[in-house]
Amino acid sequence: MKYKVNEKGYYGDFGGAYIPEMLYPNVEELRQNYLKIIDDADFQKEFHQLLKDYVGRPSPLYLAKRYSERYGANIFLKREDLNHTGAHKINNTIGQILLAEKLGKKRIIAETGAGQHGVATATVCALRNLECVIYMGEVDIERQAPNVARMKMLGAKVVPASSGSKTLKDATNEAMRDWINNPVDTHYIIGSVVGPHPYPDMVAIFQSIISEETKKQLLEQTGSDQPDYVLACVGGGSNAMGMFYHFMDDENVKLIAVEAAGKGVSSGFSAATTYLGKEGVLHGSRSILMQTPDGQVVEPHSVSAGLDYPGIGPQHAHLFKTGRGQYVSITDEESLDAGLLCTKLEGIIPAIESAHALAYLEKMEFKGGENVVVCLSGRGDKDLDTYIKYFNL
Amino acid sequence: MNRIKQLFQEKKNILSIYYTAGYPNTGDTLQIAELLEQSGADILEIGFPYSDPVADGPVIQASSKQSLDQGMTLQLLFEQLKDLRKKVSIPVLLMGYVNPVLQFGVEKFCEACAEVGVDGCIVPDLPMVEYEEFYKDCFEKHNLSNVFLITPQTAEERIHKIDGLTNGFIYLLSSSATTGKNLEVGNTTEAYFSRIKNLNLKNPTMIGFGISDKQTFDKACSYANGAIIGTAFVKAIADGNLEESVSNFMKKFKD
Repeated sequence: MKYKVNEKGYYGDFGGAYIPEMLYPNVEELRQNYLKIIDDADFQKEFHQLLKDYVGRPSPLYLAKRYSERYGANIFLKREDLNHTGAHKINNTIGQILLAEKLGKKRIIAETGAGQHGVATATVCALRNLECVIYMGEVDIERQAPNVARMKMLGAKVVPASSGSKTLKDATNEAMRDWINNPVDTHYIIGSVVGPHPYPDMVAIFQSIISEETKKQLLEQTGSDQPDYVLACVGGGSNAMGMFYHFMDDENVKLIAVEAAGKGVSSGFSAATTYLGKEGVLHGSRSILMQTPDGQVVEPHSVSAGLDYPGIGPQHAHLFKTGRGQYVSITDEESLDAGLLCTKLEGIIPAIESAHALAYLEKMEFKGGENVVVCLSGRGDKDLDTYIKYFNL
Repeated sequence: MNRIKQLFQEKKNILSIYYTAGYPNTGDTLQIAELLEQSGADILEIGFPYSDPVADGPVIQASSKQSLDQGMTLQLLFEQLKDLRKKVSIPVLLMGYVNPVLQFGVEKFCEACAEVGVDGCIVPDLPMVEYEEFYKDCFEKHNLSNVFLITPQTAEERIHKIDGLTNGFIYLLSSSATTGKNLEVGNTTEAYFSRIKNLNLKNPTMIGFGISDKQTFDKACSYANGAIIGTAFVKAIADGNLEESVSNFMKKFKD
C-alpha cells in the first residue's frame, strides 16, 4: 500500500485538493462517497457486467511474435485498443457514470484532449440517457475531427476551449469553470488520474482493471504473474496508472512510464513533464508540472493530443520521486515511426499515444527471454491524418 | 492595530475594488492604487496574475493573460509596490492562485508582503486544511490576514471553522459562480445572506461576485459590511485615460 493514497488524499508529497471554495461541496461529496459506492456489491456487479458485455472485456493480452523476435524478449501487448470506443478511457467513464447516477446527478461534463475521453464520456451518457457537455481545445477540435463528429452523433454538446494553448489544459480549465457554475446537478468526469483528491484515486481504481486482468493472463500464459517490465505512455497518466496499479507493490517488476518529448526535451516544444517540470499545483492537486520560474503553467507540445498536457497525476509524481517508476520520453518522430513499425510487424495501427510506449522498446536492452508488457492504450484510427501527413501515404 | 480591523471598526458600507496587477500596462499597478484611494475606495485587492485562473471568468482571465504577456511576475509586483505605503493608506490585499506563491516561496512571499505593507491575502485555491497546517504560522508572524471564501453551499460548521481561522474579513460569494456574473438577488440569495448575517460571526463579511453598480452595491451592503467589485472595474479601465476611467467608475458609487 505504500504507493496508494493516504487518508488525507496524498501520495507522499503529492495530491491533496487545491480547489476554490466553490468546488468544495462537490469534491467533498465525492470524497465521502466514492469508496462506499465503488465497494458496494451491486455497483461492482453492474460495473463488471457492463465491462464484459458492453466494453468487451477482458481485453486480450497478446504475445506479439514478430516484436518478440525483433527485441529478443517476450513482448506482450495489452489490447486496450480493442475496447468499445477504441481506448482504455471507457473503463473509467463506465465507472464514473454509474457513480454519478448513485449521487443523483443529471448532467455530465468532461474535458478531452485527443477526443477519446470525450467519446467515451458521450458514449456512456447516451447509454444511460444523461445530458452531456464536452470541453475540447480549439486546436484539438481541428486535429481530431472524427472524434468531434462521434461525440455529436452520440448526442453530446462539444464546447470549444479558446483560451491559452487551446488544448487539453484549457479544456480542463473550462470544465472546472462549468462545474463551479453548476454545483448541484452536475458530475464532472475527469478523464485522467489528475485533479483534486479523490479523482486520481477514483480514476486509478476504475482503470486498475487493466493490470488486474494482465496479472491473470500472464499467469495463464507464462506461469507467473510477475513480468520483468511494464510499459505505458503518460500524459496525465490514466492508462499507465491502470497498467501499473496491481504491480506497484511487486518491487521486482520494473515500471516504465513514457512521456512525450515532442520535438525534443530541450526544443521548447515538449510535454516531458518529469524532465522539464517542477513541483507545484495544477488543476487541483500538488504534483509535477511544466512551469516558468514565476509559477505560470507552460504550454506543452506533443504530436499526440492525449499526451499534450503540462502535468502528470500526483501518484505518478510520487512513483517518479520515490524512484519506483522510471520516467522516460520519446519524440514525435520516434513515436510515429514506432506506430508504423507496429502496423507492419503486428498488423495493429496504434494510437500515437500508445506508439510512444512502443517506441521505447527500441531503446531498451534485453538479455533475452524477459517478459515485457506494453499497454496498447488505444487504436490509431483517430490519428490517420497525422500518419498520412508524416509518411506521405 | 491592523489596517483592516481598524477600517471595519470605523466604517460601514465598505467598497473594495479588485484589479489585476500590470494591467492594462505593466507600470500601472501603483498608480491605479493611488487613484482608487483618491476616488473613495476603502480596500484594494491587487490580483497577481496566473495562467490558469479557474475561479475567474473571461474578463479577469483576459486581463491576467495580457498582464503576463507584458512580463508581469510576482517579483516585479513587489518591486512596483516598494513605495506603496508612501502613497496609499487604505488596506491592501494581494489576490491570486497558490502556484505562483509556492514557486516564489511561502516564507519569502509573506516577508515581501509585510515589507511593502500589504495587509492580507486571498488565495482561492489554497485549501483551509493546507493553510492551517503549513501557512498559518507564517501569515500570522507577518501580521497578514488570510481571507477565505464561502458560497451558498458552504456548510455552517465549515463557516464557523473559517471564522476561527481568519482575522480579516470573510468573502461571501453571492452565488457559486466564476467571476463576472451578474448578481441576481432572488429569494434564495436573500435567505443565504440573512442566514450568514444571523450566524453572528466574529469577522466582518464582504459580498463579492456579481456587484457592478450602485444598486447591486447597496443591496449587498444591506446584508454585509460591504462589497467587492472586480470584473466591472477591470472592464472599465481596459482603455482610455486611467485617471478619467477610474474616477468615472468610482463616481457611480458615490451617494
